[in-house]
Amino acid sequence: MMTEKVLMKGNEAIAEAAILAGCRFYFGYPITPQTEVAAYMAKRMPKIGGTFLQAESEVAAINMVYGVSAAGKRVMTSSSSPGISLKSEGLSYLAGADLPALVVNVQRGGPGLGGIQPSQSDYFQATKGGGHGDYRMIVLAPASVQEMASLTVKGFDLADKYRMTSMILADGTMGQMMEPVSLEKVEATVYDKPWAVNGTKGERPHNIANSLSLVPEELERLNFERYERYKKVEENESMFESFMMDDAEICVVAFGIAARVSKNAIVEARKKGIKVGMIRPITLWPFPKKALLDAAEKAHTFISVELSMGQMIEDVELAIKCKRPVMLCNRVGGMIPSPNMVLEAIEKADKGGRE
Amino acid sequence: MVVFEKPKSLTDVPFHYCPGCTHGIIHRLVAEAIDELGIEGKTVGIAPVGCAVLAYNYFACDMVEAAHGRAPAVATGVKRADPDNIVFTYQGDGDLASIGMAETVHAATRNENITVIFVNNAIYGMTGGQMAPTSLPGQVTQTSPYGRDVNLCGYPVKVCEMLSQLDGAEYIERVAVNNVKNVRNAKKAIKKAFQNQIDKKGFSLIEVVSSCPTNWGMTPQNALKWLEENMIPYYPLGVYKDRSAQKEEK
Repeated sequence: MMTEKVLMKGNEAIAEAAILAGCRFYFGYPITPQTEVAAYMAKRMPKIGGTFLQAESEVAAINMVYGVSAAGKRVMTSSSSPGISLKSEGLSYLAGADLPALVVNVQRGGPGLGGIQPSQSDYFQATKGGGHGDYRMIVLAPASVQEMASLTVKGFDLADKYRMTSMILADGTMGQMMEPVSLEKVEATVYDKPWAVNGTKGERPHNIANSLSLVPEELERLNFERYERYKKVEENESMFESFMMDDAEICVVAFGIAARVSKNAIVEARKKGIKVGMIRPITLWPFPKKALLDAAEKAHTFISVELSMGQMIEDVELAIKCKRPVMLCNRVGGMIPSPNMVLEAIEKADKGGRE
Repeated sequence: MVVFEKPKSLTDVPFHYCPGCTHGIIHRLVAEAIDELGIEGKTVGIAPVGCAVLAYNYFACDMVEAAHGRAPAVATGVKRADPDNIVFTYQGDGDLASIGMAETVHAATRNENITVIFVNNAIYGMTGGQMAPTSLPGQVTQTSPYGRDVNLCGYPVKVCEMLSQLDGAEYIERVAVNNVKNVRNAKKAIKKAFQNQIDKKGFSLIEVVSSCPTNWGMTPQNALKWLEENMIPYYPLGVYKDRSAQKEEK
């Protein structure tokens, strides 16, 4: 039976998917281009016994998230680049206290106040930290409105499973564009949370949600344990889409809107007889290292297509251990590479490979 | 016959507080209130950053350690998650009135149904005695070595006076723990602040004027004397807002 499709904005798809995943708590602060998430939640949450609260700041919002998560409930917040910088303190504390949460970043151009048009220039912030200390977030990069929904559900599950933050790293295009999406009824996985601070009821010793550890040996142990968990995430949760890669001599690497543009360029290049394909990371952390390293067996050149000054390109180089040259094809500041621009990069790589 | 015992809502962990510090008294008062109201099993406390950062080790109820100043936001989350649980924050002056001012004011104006215990000792204790938002004019601290110059760094924040102007807040009272009479009053106020939450009345904040002998550079006795002669005149004790009582009067 076909699931009914509805036409939705990406931001709204995230919000509805979160509700389907069992999230009943949303805290946010207005910022373009993600405000539809908050607007949707403001309408829906009161009707289903959930909580929508417009916080006084992004800082407060992420700490409300921290509170609900500590109490053992599914919770989310969403923002855009400058707001995520403000939330970064909380992201570090969530990691330090091993609390699950879903955080959405609908990126806009930066740095600073930047602009309000699409960007992918928070890649470093999302995949390498942002907040202080050794920690990771699961970073999911949707490339369609459908994925905005499905990765939101996935994000909640992974967050609970590994007791860490999942971040949806979208961009202004993904947030604003409308596409048909099927919102299937989700059986939200329920995770046991014996660590939750929801009252001892006089039945157990007190639980403490905490990121402070003043004894170095103890803090070291906690970090090592956390990274054991992260290792499992790297082993089990890496996701990517492979497109026309079977005989590819040129491998485009792109995520989100850049991947959609690249697909068009690849189809055009194939018409010209160029053996090009694409690996689209769906998880930016864990990064699909093995898929790229395997691709380096056949591909002579890689092209990283990004809406940044070249951030993911470093991970591509690391993944393929610098065995092949990696070209950068990019626009920034809210600009998006055209299919033609990517095609030219592919042709250049093709020429270089034959020389 | 037992005439005096440790409240059940305190663990057996010895306090780390300095000799003469009033945190110990205030912890005890909070624990006594929780015991007497029979709410330990459904109470969640939020510890601050500052001298009371380790409060999560001392209170026997579930505890959360918040980032500096964020306790009211964290408490908002915990309370919204389980509205029938009793949620309190325990914060110092730097935490509540400086870095966490926005969270404090907005939790109050939302009339968030939580209890806030605000310990005002006019100094940053844990980091070694820097000027606080509540340090008195002329007060010598590590970062105001020539005395707090109000022309350079402004005046102390009077939290109760300020919050009592908000329509949202339910109950705002300032107490002290420098003598037996004041300790008894403080206990009464703290218990009321918890009772208000049980009765779903909303945001209650009790400011406790306190001493810090170590960082004030005084003996515990002299610190209490200094508190009486300097702190209380600047921070007068009393009920600043009691919305339910105001309604009854009308």
